[in-house]
Amino acid sequence: MARYESLLDACGNTPLVGLPRLSPVVPEGAPPVRLWAKLEDRNPTGSVKDRAALFMVRAAEAAGRLRPGDTILEPTSGNTGISLAMVAKLRGYRLVCVMPENVSTERVQLLRMYGAEIIFSPAAGGSNQAVATAKQIAAEHPDWVMLFQYGNEANARAHYETTGPELLRDLPTITHFVGGLGTTGTLMGTGRYLREKVEGIEIVAAEPRYGELVYGLRNIDEGYVPELYDASVLSRRFSVGTRDAVLRTRQLVEVEGIFVGFSTGAVLHAALAVAHEAVKAGRRADVAFIVADGGWKYLSTGAYGGTLAEAEDALEGQLWA
Amino acid sequence: MAIEVRIPTILRNYTGGAKAVEGAGESLADLLSDLDAKYSGLRGRLVTPEGGLHRFVNVYVNDEDVRFLGALDAKLSDGDTVTILPAVAGGAFGFAAAAAMLGNRL
Repeated sequence: MARYESLLDACGNTPLVGLPRLSPVVPEGAPPVRLWAKLEDRNPTGSVKDRAALFMVRAAEAAGRLRPGDTILEPTSGNTGISLAMVAKLRGYRLVCVMPENVSTERVQLLRMYGAEIIFSPAAGGSNQAVATAKQIAAEHPDWVMLFQYGNEANARAHYETTGPELLRDLPTITHFVGGLGTTGTLMGTGRYLREKVEGIEIVAAEPRYGELVYGLRNIDEGYVPELYDASVLSRRFSVGTRDAVLRTRQLVEVEGIFVGFSTGAVLHAALAVAHEAVKAGRRADVAFIVADGGWKYLSTGAYGGTLAEAEDALEGQLWA
Repeated sequence: MAIEVRIPTILRNYTGGAKAVEGAGESLADLLSDLDAKYSGLRGRLVTPEGGLHRFVNVYVNDEDVRFLGALDAKLSDGDTVTILPAVAGGAFGFAAAAAMLGNRL
């Protein structure tokens, strides 16, 4: 059945597709090692964040934190804003997004189309300025509701209740799950579910390693670890640089015809690493990984064309995942 | 051969501005002691007085997080690359701003 009462009901149940050309070749007689991509770009607004946005809004409604006409405030420059904008529109809320003024025009246009209002924080001040702007807005509007995806248990629960069961249903022989590490919600929720159901499963995180400019702003005593993060859910954690992420992003569309954003390239890089280890060890492996979104919103970076070095330059200083 | 250690911008004041330095050691703990002898104070920024890795520091051996490889006991070999980075959540802007707002409410 592919008929739904509304767009919100069409969230989740995304396809899991095999990657016969990218999966490593195993020696004759050796157990198979296969890669599988879960296409989260097939969600209503085109990213995995639809799941978390829907669950966080429903949880806030159930708890009485959100009432029709309320305003949701979300500091985001990414997919969560777009997902929340859609959910807010359909459930009758106003959404205000705070973001740095240097985000891509696609993001801004998409958010406005979905009906979100945007408050820009000056790019020049970096994260310190973003924090200052955010504090000021929160102080001026104490009635606005912040869902705080980095610490909202409904974010991880969305994946515990949907992404995890879907993966197990579609791939009962799963041996590895690989996802991107941002809010950590996808890995925590899916990882917990799969650990309960599949003995010996490996939960593998791929985190983006940005250009130096991004880290340059950070003081080591003021780092951020999302409240949802629980290291015991993970088996391994890889740091994937810009060049490898771009390389894999291009490979995925060239070899398998799947057009993804750069965060998925980073995830594929880690998935291939564990797949090749399995081949080396002569072990069977079904490695499922998350395609967080399609590449459309990132075309204006210019990083899909030219040499890898040019792409790396184009993404230097950007939070590409 | 030695172990290449990549230093984040924020800690380069300990290495005379060098982006990458060389060190030696059979474990991460050994390597950090070796580095501290040459770059005094560096170890203290990475390891807490209790002897664990600082919560907001991530250290990777050949791109894999050492916390899943034994942390300070992680084994090292000549030719390995060790990368030190401050912890930054994906969508770091959102998190920085969100955390600040939440703090404002409490």
